[in-house]
Formats: sequence, C-alpha cells, structure tokens
Amino acid sequence: MLSIRNLNVGIAEKQILKDFNLEIKPGEIHAIMGPNGTGKSTLASTLAGKEDYEVLSGEVSFNGKNLLEMSADERAREGVFLAFQYPVEIPGVSTTNFMKAAVNAKRKHQGLEPMDAKDFLKLMREKMTLVEMNKEFTSRSVNEGFSGGEKKRNEIFQMAMLEPSLCLLDETDSGLDIDALRIVANGVNKLRDYKRSFLVITHYQRLLNYIVPDYVHVMYGGKIVKSGGKELALKLEEQGYDWIKEEVGELAN
Amino acid sequence: MAENDKIIDEVVANDYKYGFTTNIEQEFAAVGLSEDTVRFISAKKEEPEWMLDWRLKAYKAWLKMEQPKWQNVHFPEIDFQSIIYYAAQKRKKVINSLDDVDPEIRNTYDKLGIPIQEQKLLAGVAVDYVMDSESVITTFRESLKEKGIIFCSISEAIREQPELVKKYLGSVVPQRDNYYAALNSAVFSDGSFVYIPKGVRCPMELSTYFRINAENTGQFERTLIIADEGSYVSYLEGCTAPMRDENQLHAAVVELVTHDNAEIKYSTVQNWYPGDKEGKGGIYNFVTKRGICQGKNSKISWTQVETGSAITWKYPSCILKGDNSIGEFYSVAVTNNYQQADTGTKMIHIGKNTKSRIVSKGISAGNSQNSYRGQVQVHRTADNAYNSSQCDSLLIGDKCGAHTFPYLEIKNSTGKVEHEATTSKIGEDLLFYCNQRGLTNEEAVSMIINGYCKEVFKQLPMEFMVEAQKLLSISLEGSVG
Repeated sequence: MLSIRNLNVGIAEKQILKDFNLEIKPGEIHAIMGPNGTGKSTLASTLAGKEDYEVLSGEVSFNGKNLLEMSADERAREGVFLAFQYPVEIPGVSTTNFMKAAVNAKRKHQGLEPMDAKDFLKLMREKMTLVEMNKEFTSRSVNEGFSGGEKKRNEIFQMAMLEPSLCLLDETDSGLDIDALRIVANGVNKLRDYKRSFLVITHYQRLLNYIVPDYVHVMYGGKIVKSGGKELALKLEEQGYDWIKEEVGELAN
Repeated sequence: MAENDKIIDEVVANDYKYGFTTNIEQEFAAVGLSEDTVRFISAKKEEPEWMLDWRLKAYKAWLKMEQPKWQNVHFPEIDFQSIIYYAAQKRKKVINSLDDVDPEIRNTYDKLGIPIQEQKLLAGVAVDYVMDSESVITTFRESLKEKGIIFCSISEAIREQPELVKKYLGSVVPQRDNYYAALNSAVFSDGSFVYIPKGVRCPMELSTYFRINAENTGQFERTLIIADEGSYVSYLEGCTAPMRDENQLHAAVVELVTHDNAEIKYSTVQNWYPGDKEGKGGIYNFVTKRGICQGKNSKISWTQVETGSAITWKYPSCILKGDNSIGEFYSVAVTNNYQQADTGTKMIHIGKNTKSRIVSKGISAGNSQNSYRGQVQVHRTADNAYNSSQCDSLLIGDKCGAHTFPYLEIKNSTGKVEHEATTSKIGEDLLFYCNQRGLTNEEAVSMIINGYCKEVFKQLPMEFMVEAQKLLSISLEGSVG
C-alpha cells in the first residue's frame, strides 16, 4: 500500500533523505528508530506533504497512486494521517467543529453527503472512549491549553475519527508519562486491523512494548541501515546506536 | 501549485463584487468647498433657516481646525477643494411609493442583494436606501408610523420633525468635536433618522443601506437615533461603493441617545471598496460614531464588522451617563492587501454602577496594518464602574502588522477594569496541520477566522451573521496559498 523507492529529500539546500527505500503492506506496523537528526521526522513530513521539504528524486506510491503529485490536503483525504510530534493550537475552533470540517472534507472527496449532526456526535462519543478522552475536551479550542499528553491523545482521537489507511506517528511517545503512553498505545492498538498500516517513529523501545511492530528499521544518515523484527528494538535499547554506526562505517569503508 | 494559482485567479476575479456603477442622471454641487457649497446643499434640501445657520457655524469652525495626525494610518494629504460635496439623482417626480423608484436604481439594489421591496427576503427589515447624497426611499414607513416610530431620511426629519432634530442633532457629537465631524456638520447630505417613542419595542430591524455611486464625490451621511424611555430598537447599517482608482472620502457622523430603560443595538457591516491588490483606490472611511446612555438602566451596544475601505478610522463610543447604564462594543476589523485600520472604542463611565464590555478582534493579512485603539475613562462620579476589555489580534502571513493602543483613565477607586490582549498567527504550521486533516487553505482560514470571530458574530442579527461570515471569507481569500 505504501512503496517508497530511492527517495531523496532536502530542506534549505541540505539533503536529508538519501536513496530511502521502504515497502509497507496493508495491516503492517513498521517502527523507525534512529539517533537524532537522521531524517525520521523529515520522512513523516515528506509523506504528509509539508511544502518546506523538497523532493529531489524518487517515487512514492500510495494505494497505487503517485503520492508526490498530491497536495497535503489531498493526501489527507486519500487516507494519509500524521500524528504530529508538536500538535498546534487552533484558537477559537472547537475540536468538535474541527473534526466536523475534516470528516466532511473527506466524505466530500469520497462523493458522500456531509454527516448529519446526530451521527457525527455518536461517532465522536465512540472514538473519544478509545483514548479515554473527557467530553469537555471536544468543546474546547483544539489543543489550546492542553497538556503534552492531552495533545497526543487528541492526535490519536483525530486519527480514529478520520479512519486513515496509513497512520504516521511522529514521536507520539515523546513527553508522555507512563499512563498517557499506555492510553495512547491502547488507542492505536484498537485501530489496528488487517488493512490499516502504521509507521511509528520513535526514539525509545518503550513505546514498542505497547505497540508491537512487525518490523523495526534503523535509520542513519538519511536511509535505513538495518531492519529486523521487534527484537532489534530491544537490542538498540540495550546497546545504543554505536554498533550500528560502526557497522555503517565499515560498510562505507 | 497549479491548483493554488487557480484558486488565487478565481479570487482575484471576484473579490469585490459590488464594484459596478449605476448610470443615472445626477446633479452635482460645484467641485470644492466654500460657504456657497454649504448654502447650495442646504437649499437643495429645502432646509429651514436654522439648519443653514447650524451648518454655517460648523463650516466656520472647521476652517479653523486642523486635520488630526495622531492615528496610526498613512495617506497623502486630502485636497478638500477637489471633492464634490453633493451628488444626487435628478428628480423627475416625487417618490410616493416603491413603484416610483427609478428602474436603474432599483436594479442597483437588486444587484447588491437588497431589493427595494417590502415582501419576501426583507419582510422583517425596514430599509432606508441612500445613494450618494440622497435617500432614495424608506420602506415600511406606514406600518412603523402606526406604533409612533419615525423612520425616515434625516433631510425629511429636518423639515418635518424640527423640534426633535433641533434638540438632539449635535448633542452627542458636537459640531467642533473633531475635524471630520465639523466637516460633516457643514456638508452632511443624507442619512437616517429614527425616533422610538416611550415604551415601544420596535417590531422589526431598521436598516440603512449606504451606496456611493458618483465619481470624485465625498459621502457625508448623518444618522440620528433616539430611543425614548423604555423603548428598544435594533438598527443595521450596510455600505458598498464602486471600484475606482481614486480614493474617495466618507466622513459620517452617527449619534445615538437612549433615555431611561431604553436600548439601542447598532450593527454595521462595512464593506466600502478597499482598493485593489496594489493599494490603489478605495474609500477613506473617517467616521465619528457615539452614543449617550442618557437615562438610567439604558444600554447601547455597537457591533461592527469592518472588511472594506482603504483606510478605516473610527471609534464607536458610549457615554455612560445614566446610573446602571451599559455600553458594549463588539468589533471584527479585517485588513488585507494594503488596507489600514485604526479602530476601537471609547467607554466613558460617568454614572454609578455603569458597565462596559469591549470585544475587539483584529485580523491582518497581506501588507495591511491593523490597530486597535481603545479608551476607558472612569470619572470621579462613577462609583462601582466595571469594564472588561478583550483585544485579540490575528496575523495571516508575515508582511502585515497588528497594534494595540489601550488607554485607561481611572479617577474612582471603586471601579474595576480588566484588560486582556492576545496575538496569534495563522502561520504555515497551523495551515499544514489543517491541510493534514484534509482541509484546503481556504477552508482552513475560513474555519479559523469564523471561530475567532464567533463572539462578535453572535451579536449580529441572524440575516447579517450569515452575510458577515461570507464577507469575511471573501475578503481574506487569496491571503494564503
């Protein structure tokens, strides 16, 4: 469902992703780990269509379509969802109104009528329980005055509302205490099914105790340098990234 | 990218849809301003001697005054001798009914979406239609008259209600109040007059629609609304003008008076031509609006949605003289491209237990500058006065500016004054966040703006609220992309 081939991406004249390759099949969870500054967040932002990132070459096909030709909002309506590392605040717009606009934009794209108010509220209630979100959050302005944990929960709530086929989680675990982490991870696990795919970007193995990946990839220097199963994450947790850097260094030599 | 260009092209093509002109035979005063001009206007309006004297007094005062320079807007010196001070349709016959209105004028108001009629859409609103210097017609006059309500053009009121006009005209905004008020007092042409008698709740919205049509003319309207004891009225004002390369001056004066237990709710949707994308042309909107809560327990509420004009400069104010009186100011001021706005309010607390509330929402986009300027005065006599002010600024893009100038003068220690101000920005990160949830830039901006202005919009009468929301989206279209 997602196929990335030889992707080269730069920002402000600096190349970040270098001949990046990744294949994700429906229903799979892929985790991407790696030291700071290796291009993990660049990958997520590029896939979501952030304009600052310039695609120099390469191909990304998403459900058979050329993802790189679509604007950010088109990609979202096609089913790409990014849970942001730093969700922004939208003053004056309640989460309810924001989600109503987003859900209906997607429905319009699919040729469906806007959802009627009753069904919408029912859907909201249903998805709120997934992330143990309090009802009052939905009437407050999006993310305004939310704690770090509440913002991340709100991201997963929105993900549940929009039912994407590809979920990109950009360091969703950063800044979360253990309870919030558990709630967020539970929310994600409930959204797992045989066709929805996840790309989970994280620094720490800890998240992967809760969201168990099918594959773990290590990114270094703008590309994947090692792939394995969930045990790879455990090894990284124990030994750090130095051995990876050494391996890569040897390869380069 | 191509998609974005397309959106912007569409927007540029239809951004100001009120920019057409009407071809009617008009007569004008000679260009420039002199005592003769004042006499000409007064004679055209068949005014009594006292009115002419009043105008001349204002004219003489104006000659000695100087243009204020303190406001945070910039424009070339206005040549007051190059303006035409009176333009009106050449009258062929007296207008007694709606059918007598010139088809061209009727057509104009149809195009503006406010057809001259008493049925259908506007069944709940009585409208005074003013084009350039003359009132065209006022609807529903007869049914209002049955309740003792007077709703007519100010010219007519001067002729037919001299006692009321003499008593109140200039009582809130004196002739020498400021440079543009003095100018208006000398040359004002038309506007609306409203009197609500004791104990009457006006059964419908009263509205005036101002239209500038003629070239090189200034529009100087004068509105006077009096709510007698225990009465209530909601009044709406709308305005548009053709697109022209020259700047046109609009200097109006609005005076409101409420007696004991009376309430006036005054709403404005100002959409004068703002000039083009490069800042060429547009209306200079220099307006003095002030109300006095004369009686106890009375209330004046200003709501304004300002999207038009090259320069907007006005401070709808309340003098809270009666004990327990309440003043409110709700404002949304939008500037885009090269527009400038310096707007806000004055709340002057004189009576005991007076309350005021200010909610100002400024939105700046493009290369525009948007200033909030507000003054709260609590006089020695105003025991237990209370004011709450909330001034929010929203910036779209990084070439525009937002400024806040609050002034507080508190002379009574029992008063309580609260001021809150915020500045936020619709930056790329916020837009990308919305895009990532499937919303286009246009949808995102419209949603954010409407959320941001909600508190002000809900003060507007229903018909206006929808209009205002649409207007806002239109004026900001193309500001991102």
